[in-house]
Amino acid sequence: MFGRLTLDAFKHEPSQNSAVFMMVLTGIALIGLISYLKRWKWLWREWLTTVDPKRIGLMYIFVALLNFMKGFSDALMMRLQQALSVGDSQGFISAHHFQEVFSAHGTTMIFFVGMGVVFGLMNLIIPLQIGARDVAYPFLNAVGFWLFASGAMLTFISLAIGKFSAAGWLSYPPLSGLEYSPSEGVDYWIWMLQIAGVGSTLSGINFLVTILKMRCPGMTLMKMPIFVWSGLCAMVLVIFAFPILTATLYMLTLDRYLDMHFFTASGGGNPMMYVNLIWAWGHPEVYILILPIFGVFSEVVPTFSEKRLFGYVSMIWALVAITVLSFLVWLHHFFTMGASPHVNVVFAFMTMLIAIPTGVKIFNWLFTKFQGRVHFTSPMLWFFAFVLNFTVGGMTGILLSSPPADFQFHNSLFLIAHFHGMVIGGMLFGFFAGFTYWFPKFTGFFLDEKLNRYAFWCWMSGFLLAFMPLYMLGFMGATRRLDHYEASTGWHPLFVLAGIGALIILCGASIQFFGLFWSIFHRKKLWDHSGGDPWNGRTLEWSIPSPPPIYNFAIVPTVNQIDPFWAIKRGEAPPVEKKYEDIHLPKNTPFGLYIGVLTMFFGFAMTWYIWWLAIISFVSIIVCLIIRLSEKNEHDIIPAEKVKEMEAEHVRGPEAV
Amino acid sequence: MNKFWAIHHHETLEIHPDTSLPDPHQDTFSKTVLGFWMYLMTDTLLFTSLFTTYAVLHNSTFGGPSSRDLFSLSTSFAETMILLFSSVTCGFAMLSALRSDKNKVIGWLAVSFLLGASFIAMELHEFAHLAQEGNSWRRSAFLSSFFTLVGTHGLHVSFGLLWMVVMMAQVFSVGVTIDTFRRLVCFSLFWHFLDLIWIFIFTFVYLMGVI
Repeated sequence: MFGRLTLDAFKHEPSQNSAVFMMVLTGIALIGLISYLKRWKWLWREWLTTVDPKRIGLMYIFVALLNFMKGFSDALMMRLQQALSVGDSQGFISAHHFQEVFSAHGTTMIFFVGMGVVFGLMNLIIPLQIGARDVAYPFLNAVGFWLFASGAMLTFISLAIGKFSAAGWLSYPPLSGLEYSPSEGVDYWIWMLQIAGVGSTLSGINFLVTILKMRCPGMTLMKMPIFVWSGLCAMVLVIFAFPILTATLYMLTLDRYLDMHFFTASGGGNPMMYVNLIWAWGHPEVYILILPIFGVFSEVVPTFSEKRLFGYVSMIWALVAITVLSFLVWLHHFFTMGASPHVNVVFAFMTMLIAIPTGVKIFNWLFTKFQGRVHFTSPMLWFFAFVLNFTVGGMTGILLSSPPADFQFHNSLFLIAHFHGMVIGGMLFGFFAGFTYWFPKFTGFFLDEKLNRYAFWCWMSGFLLAFMPLYMLGFMGATRRLDHYEASTGWHPLFVLAGIGALIILCGASIQFFGLFWSIFHRKKLWDHSGGDPWNGRTLEWSIPSPPPIYNFAIVPTVNQIDPFWAIKRGEAPPVEKKYEDIHLPKNTPFGLYIGVLTMFFGFAMTWYIWWLAIISFVSIIVCLIIRLSEKNEHDIIPAEKVKEMEAEHVRGPEAV
Repeated sequence: MNKFWAIHHHETLEIHPDTSLPDPHQDTFSKTVLGFWMYLMTDTLLFTSLFTTYAVLHNSTFGGPSSRDLFSLSTSFAETMILLFSSVTCGFAMLSALRSDKNKVIGWLAVSFLLGASFIAMELHEFAHLAQEGNSWRRSAFLSSFFTLVGTHGLHVSFGLLWMVVMMAQVFSVGVTIDTFRRLVCFSLFWHFLDLIWIFIFTFVYLMGVI
């Protein structure tokens, strides 16, 4: 009846029990709060069934923040364990549980935090920047989100029921094969990634077509804002890379469920093929995460320097070059595989080549500030920290790209420090910059600037303290994924230092969460009275009220240059003519939510071999799709009169909220 | 010349529901079809991964039979012909749709369905035969990759059959409308795409397998 699911699945170590307890408590508190405020109907109508990209974007970011808390707790546990578990002391988590923790940390952070914030920002900003009222496929967009959310839910379920994979965040076989990982952990990992991955492919198609087909009149490709360009390149990468992930996970699934021999050590299988395939997806994936962040800085830096972006065209060509090159470097993740020196040299060369377009971008941003009027707002602080960390991380990446050196650094903490420099110092700091920058656009009020600054300094100093020691530890021979080491290695002080750094980051993250609630609570005081353009912005999203009305643009803008809104403000382009028209918007639909919930059941059932549930949920998904796709495409119409009324409330005060 | 012909050739000035602008580049039809092409591209990449894997594992027979011992060209050639013919009949269905001829659309789709179903039946028969002789996907890495590559194509064809049934039901109940026509165009793209994949399977797996 319940497949492999027995009562044993609910027994955990103390550290995990407390996490599950907290999770259940938070869940109950949330349900209680919504019932107390009588907000269920509102939740259903305004959020769960929505096809509005602005709402979906916020939900992406909400799910990403939830997962961030989980992934960050994993990180703190690892730092604490490594600071404690030296010599005779064994620390506070067992070796096996430690393996689950680092696997969960990587999986959560890359798939459910990184991808979440990327798609969140794209949903929020891209339709606004291209002057569109909607995305190309509103329903597909909702399905993409709900698949992502269902994968994310599976990570939380795996915390409470059963074990997580202990095979690392990319689950290399033969360790992840049935022979060495017979329990449900790897199956959880497979299904959460497979579900979220399919969601990403669908969202990728949606945004690529949105950018290609939905731009407002006059916005040619070479007049698009750089954030849109970076989104375009990232979506091309999604479309090319994620099918490879789908295929790879598919083959691993067949190995585990049907006794096939793709990656097994016996039967003629080839484990290194898995490593090749997963990195053929994995390297483009890191660019999927970082390219939109390049886009964010290309918006933030010119705005706060009161200057046009330096080298617009070179910026685009750099993006395109990175997009192409990112598919030609995957082998640098395993120079030690044993390929011939010729092969390794080719990949080393391609890797070093990527530094050139990346350098072009860094210099473009720096030259944008040159002779500009630079405002030291918190998004700019994140930018300065980004330049420092990303450059250091990039330089160490170049060191790693040299095969002879890589044979020494391989799997050491030096590598860990390198890619955390890129992901935290690059991607996460960039997301914070973008989030702070666009926050008044999609809420109507600011984040508290003082708290932002406190959080920034905690993150910045904590990051340096947590990761600079790892470079040194790497040189001293410390490998990654250690749950215990001897005192004679002399590593202990540096591990303690890194642990303190992680605690300072915790302060920063806590201040941010506090700041978010504080700002929502004090939104009347922090209200943006500028009518939607608080930063003297340049692009179209600042030309409409904040938060944007459901139709985004009452009048579809016509564009004839790169910074259209700036041009209007400076009198270089005619202002928009107020001629209202009826607006068609897609109707809400609950089918996205249904499909998400059903795939979650499907993933859970497959993980635990509960075949009847798997069959029922799979058939239900197909039925839902058939029903939804057989419907007539229905639209809500907002008449021109109503649009005029809504626009009259243009500069809404905090009283209206 | 009727309206479907015009839509198909981008000659329409259909009012765009998103911007209400009579912009031929923004109508639902061209958006959907472009997106569907992109979906087909992602599917191509999925098959590319499987083809590559097959190429790598082709000789990993682990002491078991190789492709030369197992494959018969006559079966796979018959399968190829059946699938190609179903593409032709699917094309006839589309031509009928352009003329809004509801009954002929259903008729030609039904013929394509029968051809597709017999393709699946032949493939299942071949698989059962291999498994009975002890050459199932468990035998070796080569057979795992063979069953996966060909079987994944078969799964796609099966989904195509399901889609075909749904389309026949839709055309039967509402006729050829803007919506059903758009879906038919996507379906026919999908069906021709599966044909193309099969041509590659026939060439790389069966033809080159027996040489």
